[in-house]
Amino acid sequence: MNNAARRVFVIWLMAMLAGVTIVWNSRFSADMSFFLPADPSAEQQVLVNQIKEGVVSRLLMVAIGGGDVDQRATLSRDLRRRLEKTSGFSSIQNGEAGSHDADREFLFKHRYLLSPAVTPDRFTVDGLKSAIANSIDLLVSPAGFVLKPLFTRDPTGELMALLGGLNVGAQPNIHGGVWASRDGERIMLVLQTKVLGSDTDGQETAINTIKREFSASTRANGVDDANIEISGPGVFAVHSRALIKGEVTRLSLISSIAIICLLFFVYRSPRLLTLGLMPVVSGVLAGVVAVSLVYGTVFGITVGFGSALIGEAVDYSIYYFVQSGRMGFAGWRERFWPTIRLGVLTSVCGFGALLFSGFPGLAQLGLYSLSGVLAAAIVTRFVLPQLAGGARMASDLSPLGRAAEKSILFVHALRWPVLLLALLAAIHLVVHRESLWHPDLSVLSTATSKEVELDMRLRADIAAPDSSYMVVIDASDLESALQATENVGEKLDRLVAAGVIGSYDSPARFLPSSAMQRARCASLPASTDLRLRLQAALADLPLAADKLTGFIDDVAAAKMNCTLSRESLAGTDLALAVNALVLPHSGGFSVLLPVHPALAESGQPLAIESLRDALAGTGVLVVDLKAELDKLYNDYLREAILLSLGGLVAIILLLAVTLRSPARLAVVMLPLLLSVLLVIAGLSLIGERLHLLHLVGMLLIVAVGSNYALFFDRSNDQGQLDAETLASMLIANLTTAIGFGTLALSKVPVLHAVGVTVGPGAILALLLTAIFVPRGTTA
Amino acid sequence: MIGRFVIGLFLGLLTMPALGAFDVGQLMGDLAKNKGGRAKFVEKRHVSFLDKPLVSSGEMTYTAPDRLEKRTVTPKPEILLLDKDMLSIEREKQKLSINLANQPEALAFIDSIRGTLAGNRAALERNYLLHLAGNPENWTLTMLPSDQKIAALVQRIVVTGSKGQVRSIEYLQADGDLSVMSIEPVGGR
Repeated sequence: MNNAARRVFVIWLMAMLAGVTIVWNSRFSADMSFFLPADPSAEQQVLVNQIKEGVVSRLLMVAIGGGDVDQRATLSRDLRRRLEKTSGFSSIQNGEAGSHDADREFLFKHRYLLSPAVTPDRFTVDGLKSAIANSIDLLVSPAGFVLKPLFTRDPTGELMALLGGLNVGAQPNIHGGVWASRDGERIMLVLQTKVLGSDTDGQETAINTIKREFSASTRANGVDDANIEISGPGVFAVHSRALIKGEVTRLSLISSIAIICLLFFVYRSPRLLTLGLMPVVSGVLAGVVAVSLVYGTVFGITVGFGSALIGEAVDYSIYYFVQSGRMGFAGWRERFWPTIRLGVLTSVCGFGALLFSGFPGLAQLGLYSLSGVLAAAIVTRFVLPQLAGGARMASDLSPLGRAAEKSILFVHALRWPVLLLALLAAIHLVVHRESLWHPDLSVLSTATSKEVELDMRLRADIAAPDSSYMVVIDASDLESALQATENVGEKLDRLVAAGVIGSYDSPARFLPSSAMQRARCASLPASTDLRLRLQAALADLPLAADKLTGFIDDVAAAKMNCTLSRESLAGTDLALAVNALVLPHSGGFSVLLPVHPALAESGQPLAIESLRDALAGTGVLVVDLKAELDKLYNDYLREAILLSLGGLVAIILLLAVTLRSPARLAVVMLPLLLSVLLVIAGLSLIGERLHLLHLVGMLLIVAVGSNYALFFDRSNDQGQLDAETLASMLIANLTTAIGFGTLALSKVPVLHAVGVTVGPGAILALLLTAIFVPRGTTA
Repeated sequence: MIGRFVIGLFLGLLTMPALGAFDVGQLMGDLAKNKGGRAKFVEKRHVSFLDKPLVSSGEMTYTAPDRLEKRTVTPKPEILLLDKDMLSIEREKQKLSINLANQPEALAFIDSIRGTLAGNRAALERNYLLHLAGNPENWTLTMLPSDQKIAALVQRIVVTGSKGQVRSIEYLQADGDLSVMSIEPVGGR
């Protein structure tokens, strides 16, 4: 190694060490944010918050089977008790009687501040008379059974008025005194983790806690055949992360081993092999560093894309070693480097188009690949020749090249059949254009159908409410947020009465605004007044006023204590409900009002337009989370189409400027476009539903495949395509196909789609380029 | 209360041998033959803190074996419908549906009526100790909950009737309040 080489090596080493340091300190994540919009609209922000932090994202559902009804009920109670001790959960429900006593007590105690019926009219003689008469009538009905034990303290029925607005909704079945599945064979628990849904580590800990306590509980209660099923967003997140982690290792390993074996077979020299891998290692490291520096967090899927990058980055060193053999570095730099550089630039155009994506995962993949390819090319051009010195390949690849030359002559004959095939492919795509694309975002999820099925089953068993519709109120402080909530609530009450919506949840039911609390408090009469009015009100009713001393005392007590704060709710599940719906943010507070459709059992969608109309002008946001999710995917898809077209145009412009000949441009582009067409038709034929990552794959076929076409083009320019160049292209093509082909094995849909598109696409691109290369190009 | 029941029990024991074959099984057979019909009802509910009993009235329709509709007309219109395990109550525009399968205690309580109307002895004996007195023309069936949880809802249920027709149902609730419903069939059956 001479001095210059040593200097270059040291610089390279320092750069690598700096890179390793950055990667070492990078944050890696495998959560949903890969899919969540980088620049969300107000509606999408609601969706993003719900997915990351919403109460729904912290829900874990547990089903336990085995044993008999009594054993299961014992397990349920015991497990709940054990989990309560772990302090990992903000709520653990199993339907046990008495578990809501604290809530009921709170509601009853504060009924005069909470009941919407408390107005000045309510406590006039007429108001009292009609309210009490109504309550007496209700005593006859089975609906009055809640009322009766409390009647003498609550004769105006405030608790009923309070409970009336609550969405009791469907409740899980009860067997043996605890929640059970619909078939009664499993007990059900519903938990809420304290950690956020986006905290995958925390979710994993929570899930492991449940499993551990379950085992302990089954041992303690001697139920040997008990089994547990857990589902919820946290479970999906943990599984997905484990899957991605495993895949990153597995795929990189497969791709590396395959490529190393191939290179060793070609080079037959450990030294050349090591040198050849330098650009690859540099590229992969540079990719992670760039992503880490720009985005702060590196997604696991991005790293998983590394196996494709390995296959792509290794090409440059192959070109160098194979092509520079005869002419040395100077000749290579003059003859081949411009072509390789152009190829690098087309790849950069392809990956670079993704940088503009609002889909953060896609933008990261773009940046990762772009930096990786650039770094690999730069290392190949400036570092590798210095370090390689005079090292040359021991093996002679010209036989392989000559075989390739011969076959090119032969494959020329395939032009017309290929064009015919392309025509058939085009017809196939036109005919099946409606069913080509997968319609929703779920296709990108790593959840298996088995996991989805379990989740749906458990959701049905616990009768989980459908909270797809939300009204979102924003205000600068809590008091104005709650006042606005009460105003909107009045409008929603009218919609409930009109049957437009079934019900809605509101935090103002448990935590009225201070203004509302004061107004209700002021409606309560002093004891002496109340006593007099009661006398008059009860004149025609079968009730003696002296039976209602409890009522008079309670009203007096309520009037004494007229403030209810967020802290007063502590220790009840109502606090959880308020916390789930009142969300502090930097600019104040957001209040969520989940709206439930009327006649939930009919499954009819909610008339969201009527809801929007009714709330028009109030400045609130009406969001349909499901529709937003669909819209999000469609936005991504539309954007991916635009970006792919943009990338394609950039590549064409780049080539047009460089090649300066429409005919040459056509010769380069035709095989690439035909490859895309054939791959897509092929995927459709084997039953793949296309999604936006396949679309990205199409762009990459053009970006990556153009490298081969350019070599043919250049050789055309310079009069011949020698055997070494052909051989290097074949090997480079093979490594690229291995890299992307490995991705096709992935269970992560994002990676699989790109792999299954670009892997075959790269091979086809080379093959078709050879088929359509003008006669006379080769010897 | 218990005293009255003990006396009733004694009377029942005394009269039973005289009637020979009339037992719960035979009564259930008679009841099961009743495939349904319409009846007017008047319900008097004694509530401890009220000066006089609350009276409600309306019409009931029973369709064997598990559909019972109770339309209260006075004092406030209300429709109560029991269809299999779904209980729904409609009152002043409000509708409440409860799946009784989720509420075993309530189901046991409802089973006392439904089991009687359908002549389903097994359903009744699952939750109650049965005692029958009288003769086929004029019988009195007393049910005492055998389960503590049901006893928290109702202390005693007494049904009287003639052949397969129920004439009155009397509930003694856990809080001591008594409710008596008299039933008058309408139309020929």
